Amino acid sequence: MKLSRLSAPVLLLFPAFLVLAAVVVVPLALSFYSSFTPFRLTKPESLYVFIGLRNYITVISSWDFWVAFGRTVLFLTIALNAEMLLGLGLALLVSKAVRGQRLLRTLMMFPMMFSPVLVGFQFKFLFNDNIGLINNALQSLGLTDQAIPWLINGNLALFSITVAEVWSSTSVFAILILAGLLAMPRDPIEAAHVDGCTPLQTFRYVTWPYLMPFAFIAMTIRSLDVARAYDIVKIMTDGGPAKRTELLWTLVGRTAYGDARMGMANAMAYFAIVLSILFTVYFFRKLAAARQQIGAEW
Amino acid sequence: MAPVSLKKLVKRYGALEVVHGIDLEVKDREFIALVGPSGCGKSTTLRMIAGLEDVSGGTIEIGDNVVNDLPPRARNISMVFQSYALYPHMTVGENMGFSLKIAGRPPEEIKEKVADAAAILDLTHLLERRPSQLSGGQRQRVAMGRAIVRRPDVFLFDEPLSNLDAKLRTQVRTEIKKLHARMQATMIYVTHDQVEAMTLSDRIVIMRDGHIEQVGTPEEVFNRPLTKFVAGFIGSPPMNMDDVTVADGKLVFASGATLPIPPKFRQSLTSGQKLTFGLRPDDFFPAGHGLNSGDAEAVAELELPVSITEPLGNETLVFVGFNGRDWVSRMLNPRPLPSGQSIKMSFDLSQAHLFDLTTGKSLVA
Repeated sequence: MKLSRLSAPVLLLFPAFLVLAAVVVVPLALSFYSSFTPFRLTKPESLYVFIGLRNYITVISSWDFWVAFGRTVLFLTIALNAEMLLGLGLALLVSKAVRGQRLLRTLMMFPMMFSPVLVGFQFKFLFNDNIGLINNALQSLGLTDQAIPWLINGNLALFSITVAEVWSSTSVFAILILAGLLAMPRDPIEAAHVDGCTPLQTFRYVTWPYLMPFAFIAMTIRSLDVARAYDIVKIMTDGGPAKRTELLWTLVGRTAYGDARMGMANAMAYFAIVLSILFTVYFFRKLAAARQQIGAEW
Repeated sequence: MAPVSLKKLVKRYGALEVVHGIDLEVKDREFIALVGPSGCGKSTTLRMIAGLEDVSGGTIEIGDNVVNDLPPRARNISMVFQSYALYPHMTVGENMGFSLKIAGRPPEEIKEKVADAAAILDLTHLLERRPSQLSGGQRQRVAMGRAIVRRPDVFLFDEPLSNLDAKLRTQVRTEIKKLHARMQATMIYVTHDQVEAMTLSDRIVIMRDGHIEQVGTPEEVFNRPLTKFVAGFIGSPPMNMDDVTVADGKLVFASGATLPIPPKFRQSLTSGQKLTFGLRPDDFFPAGHGLNSGDAEAVAELELPVSITEPLGNETLVFVGFNGRDWVSRMLNPRPLPSGQSIKMSFDLSQAHLFDLTTGKSLVA
């Protein structure tokens, strides 16, 4: 009786709201709340102790956190730029292919088809200082007679992870930029040739401005992706050696499940999300500007 | 300012040859139009001159230089594209000044030259806009502005009016003609529209299947077409044409209708010869409603039925049944003609054309 008094739109939307509340709103609110408690998985009752901003203050004043934060930003910057440049190069090469372009495009997507966990294992093997392919190759070629400790030296370890990340995701850039190249009209390029541009100038003044929106879309997607990097790192180094490859989310994961300090981990996670949002906003701004520049109608 | 010379120019795509060794001399400051149906090789020829297509054989000279292997930027040419091909991320002013910027000219000079070009093309108030904010006609004017700021030796136009509506087309056509008068530069203009070619150019090159059919002034190609193809292509409405056989000093049509042999051909025709007879709508008119060529003896008259009429105001196109189909006639000082009525039609045979049935060549060179 009572239900039937609700209007039809409310009634029809109710299931959707219910599902959203169950899977999004409640967990979100709960995690947000728990970031204001000293909640530990081992002490369930600690969920009901309200400690205000103490977790956040601890996070902000924690050197380890800021190191991980800074390292994540560094990792993000290096990985995104490398992927961007390699992806652009790859897309330009594939777009020049007269024959077999379709095949190349499919091949290009292969790295995206592997689970990051498997990529992690594969690169862990490749970079192994003892039996790894890379050291083996370097030694066979006579470039070095040492066993380079790829995953054991702190700096080399982050580099190795970056290589794995770049390998697995360069194709995201390549494919999006290739889409831009294929959609691009030929005439302005020909006009640029006639106007006196060298091939390099044509790229700089005509092709690149046209591709920028596509690059920024890829940047946005990938910045979110890289900022939550966890799997590859977890497999390859697990944040080691001596926390030298600790990124935001491996730190969050360790705090939450290793130390069981769920409240603290949630506080960190909210920080990490703010970082992601900032990157997204930044790239969307760039994207909007670039789109407006080329007068895009999409 | 330079002449352009094509010698035995060939274009092949793999095994397919699309331009078959054409020769053409474009004089300095000449306006020449390449015209022909689509697929005749005119755009390909223009793109080879621009350097956007490789040359498969023969040579292209601009001025005194063979430019076959030079990239477009080294040829000192400008090109206006059918799709405008403006740079979407640059303002109108930047678009027009782009080539000067690339050439490393000082900003003041660029500004001055862009302002000059903009004044010529009435674009001054649009210099800060982007191409996406302009109409089609404005975009095409910007494309022309981009071409003229550089003062190139040769201007190339690739169907620049095809994307414009009919009214704008006439306007921009006039602007191009003015531009040629002002710039005093060599211009090569590709179009499939014979009206554009006729109105704009000093000489017309009519192309067909990768060959040049005829080169001549608009007056020459209209009045003295060398081939049946040119006769059919130039002129609107097109020339009336039908096959005839010479018999008993007459031209006999398939339906049995006959016309006297035009006076200028009387000595040269032999009985049994098979020909194509052609007569322009201007020379085939309701008696008393046409231009008089002055040679009254050469006018033949026949009673023919009117099938339909298309009044255009100052003239009417009259379609009359002759030899089993409709022949077009241009009626000056028109009066209403009901369909089905038989009227007396004049054939001004002094203006008639005869073409060899097999080769398609005109009988008077």
